[in-house]
Amino acid sequence: MSKKYDAGVKEYRDTYWTPDYVPLDTDLLACFKCTGQEGVPKEEVAAAVAAESSTGTWSTVWSELLTDLDFYKGRCYRIEDVPGDKESFYAFIAYPLDLFEEGSVTNVLTSLVGNVFGFKALRHLRLEDIRFPMAFIKTCPGPPNGICVERDRMNKYGRPLLGCTIKPKLGLSGKNYGRVVYECLRGGLDFTKDDENINSQPFQRWQNRFEFVAEAVQLAQEETGEKKGHYLNCTAATPEEMYERAEFAKELGQPIIMHDYITGGFTANTGLSKWCRKNGMLLHIHRAMHAVIDRHPKHGIHFRVLAKCLRLSGGDQLHTGTVVGKLEGDRQTTLGFIDQLRESFIPEDRTRGNFFDQDWGSMPGVFAVASGGIHVWHMPALVAIFGDDSVLQFGGGTHGHPWGSAAGAAANRVALEACVKARNAGREIEKEGRDILLEAAKHSPELAIALETWKEIKFEFDTVDKLDVG
Amino acid sequence: MPFKSTVGDYQTVATLETFGFLPPMTQDEIYDQIAYIIAQGWSPLVEHVHPSRSMATYWSFWKLPFFGEKDLGVIVNELESCHRAYPDHHVRLVGYDAYTQSQGACFVVFEGR
Repeated sequence: MSKKYDAGVKEYRDTYWTPDYVPLDTDLLACFKCTGQEGVPKEEVAAAVAAESSTGTWSTVWSELLTDLDFYKGRCYRIEDVPGDKESFYAFIAYPLDLFEEGSVTNVLTSLVGNVFGFKALRHLRLEDIRFPMAFIKTCPGPPNGICVERDRMNKYGRPLLGCTIKPKLGLSGKNYGRVVYECLRGGLDFTKDDENINSQPFQRWQNRFEFVAEAVQLAQEETGEKKGHYLNCTAATPEEMYERAEFAKELGQPIIMHDYITGGFTANTGLSKWCRKNGMLLHIHRAMHAVIDRHPKHGIHFRVLAKCLRLSGGDQLHTGTVVGKLEGDRQTTLGFIDQLRESFIPEDRTRGNFFDQDWGSMPGVFAVASGGIHVWHMPALVAIFGDDSVLQFGGGTHGHPWGSAAGAAANRVALEACVKARNAGREIEKEGRDILLEAAKHSPELAIALETWKEIKFEFDTVDKLDVG
Repeated sequence: MPFKSTVGDYQTVATLETFGFLPPMTQDEIYDQIAYIIAQGWSPLVEHVHPSRSMATYWSFWKLPFFGEKDLGVIVNELESCHRAYPDHHVRLVGYDAYTQSQGACFVVFEGR
């Protein structure tokens, strides 16, 4: 039946609050944590979020009647209390698939976390989770290679991969930088990494860095007999420069490049990821700027959403925090989103912060990267938390070794292998970690010295953003 | 007083990937690793190669992967038979995971010379 045009302002809930709606398998579902202005009813706030993130605007408009808006509108279908929090609530919203361009994470985020976050009726708004429907996932490129292919290319099996960021992060010449790469790799690391801040600065232009690094990788590979790589950061001011750097890395025969997906942007990331698939290049993903977006418990976007978006946009390794190091992140939440990176089906589990069942179908998995303020004493916990499909990166914990980076690398490698061997043999490595490391140090003076050097360093601050529990 | 440096010299070592930085395993330790592979539901597989080709993607199979083999003793025998047949080759044990089409475990048990 056709509708009549009735100019004016209607309450959002008349159109967008539909508690009887049963979401379709093809709907994109979102869970927002909403904190409304005082006196605004929950249903009105939730409906406003649904409206402003989909088809609605503040006033009724005549042109709505040119289409069947009921087919396109987002609907709030459920409201839930936030445990232990009286002022906020969860709003669950279903969006029809046709609201989004195929294969475009950019487009999804523009709608879901666009204007609505500045909406005046809200004090705070946080996107907690998105359930991507299979019909959307199948349109996304996903990781250029995935975990299985990366292991095959790098010949690394049965253990986490080991890496480190080159330090100091800024100020080294290309030749000096290559020296540090060489030291780390000859010492037993699988990968070294450009710091995210390294792009192409006056003290070290990118071509110069790439050439010296390529030589360091090649030498370390020949001398150790193991496969090595260095994440060459291709993040640049423009896509054209980004591709130029990626092409040069390929020309030098390098196995892996790197991109900063939030500062660089999802569109740039998806493009580079497609290039990587086509050119047989692994892609390491940094996440600078994420804490601006994901750390406040009531406003912004939870990292699990950013992690899911990265898996769709494409990347073979993504930073996830360490749980135990210097940077924010609690254990259950971290386990929740590393599942989203690596598994093919993750059931709803509020104890891990996952609000929906998420089926990834055949999309390849992404290595979880733990990096930041970790050292050998953390190794047993890291292996237990992150498991084999991870990259453990020790920056200060490698270069800070009294004998230098090569010995620091060897100490980490010995510690890692000792933990994996003990785990496989059925030992409880977190509980027995101290004994395992001390035993291993009997055969490795490098590890013995590392254990002595870092025995006192702890980062025991409470996390700012916790799971919502009563 | 003569200067005495506390800094040691780290010498690069040629290693064979996973567990390459640990001392050779004892018989019991190897048993533990085989038991782990079997307990994970992976298929044990023995491969060997001449040390000059150790970086090659493909090492020679010893027979075929031991699909579904649950007997620890059988695997130990196969590892030893392979080593006897190719004493100058590296011999490695793989835990093959058909679900991920990857190797859940892979380490060298006998180093060739």
